Amino acid sequence: MKKLLFVQSHPPHGSLFGQEGLDAILAGSAFIECGVLFLGDGIYQLLKDQQTTALASKNFSVSYQALHDYGVESLFCSAADLLARNLTVADLIVTPTLLDATELAAVLRDYDGILDF
Amino acid sequence: MKFLIVVQGGPYTSQASLSAWHFARAVLTRGHEIYRIFFYHDGVYNANGLLSPPQDEVNLHEAWRLLAVENDLELVICVASALRRGILDQTEASRYEKPLGNVEAPFIISGLGQLIDGTINADRTMTFGS
Repeated sequence: MKKLLFVQSHPPHGSLFGQEGLDAILAGSAFIECGVLFLGDGIYQLLKDQQTTALASKNFSVSYQALHDYGVESLFCSAADLLARNLTVADLIVTPTLLDATELAAVLRDYDGILDF
Repeated sequence: MKFLIVVQGGPYTSQASLSAWHFARAVLTRGHEIYRIFFYHDGVYNANGLLSPPQDEVNLHEAWRLLAVENDLELVICVASALRRGILDQTEASRYEKPLGNVEAPFIISGLGQLIDGTINADRTMTFGS
């Protein structure tokens, strides 16, 4: 059976890449084993306590907490991307597996298909 | 080889859709197969049949339409992305009580299942983002 990796590389607000990417992850989870890689500014999608009311923007990030219920267990991010943004996993609403560059390459190789948002 | 082509950029706002169109033609020229072209995010704007650029500029909607008709391709746009951006066929326009639809065949409004199905069944997925 194939498995798909969804790559979230945009910050949560300012475009719909994150929200529509998450929609695709939820759809994918109904069909196939899925993983999610948060890359670069995409890691901001997992920030705790986002206050989006003043932006008139939807706080879709809370739905990441439900991924477990959809059977999506494999969440990844680059340890260097977190460090570069002065973040730790304690700042995030879920706990992704932290990867170094070699491990990141291995994850990309491990999946049969990659959908980039 | 079978390709799924994912278009996430709108016409005239990024290079994504024009590059995707060039890529699609190259795929066919080289004798490969296109499993499906899936329009997501701002890519759904390519389905807007009301696009009316000046005559000496490429009409991307028309370019996609011709490519699909001549090669019997599936042009699928995501319903959720399309509705929030005002891209509706006549059925959706009636359902949402809008004065007109702007999507006609060969563009088809469907769901994200078509994206997942394409990724599973194609040999390669090519995403044109922005």
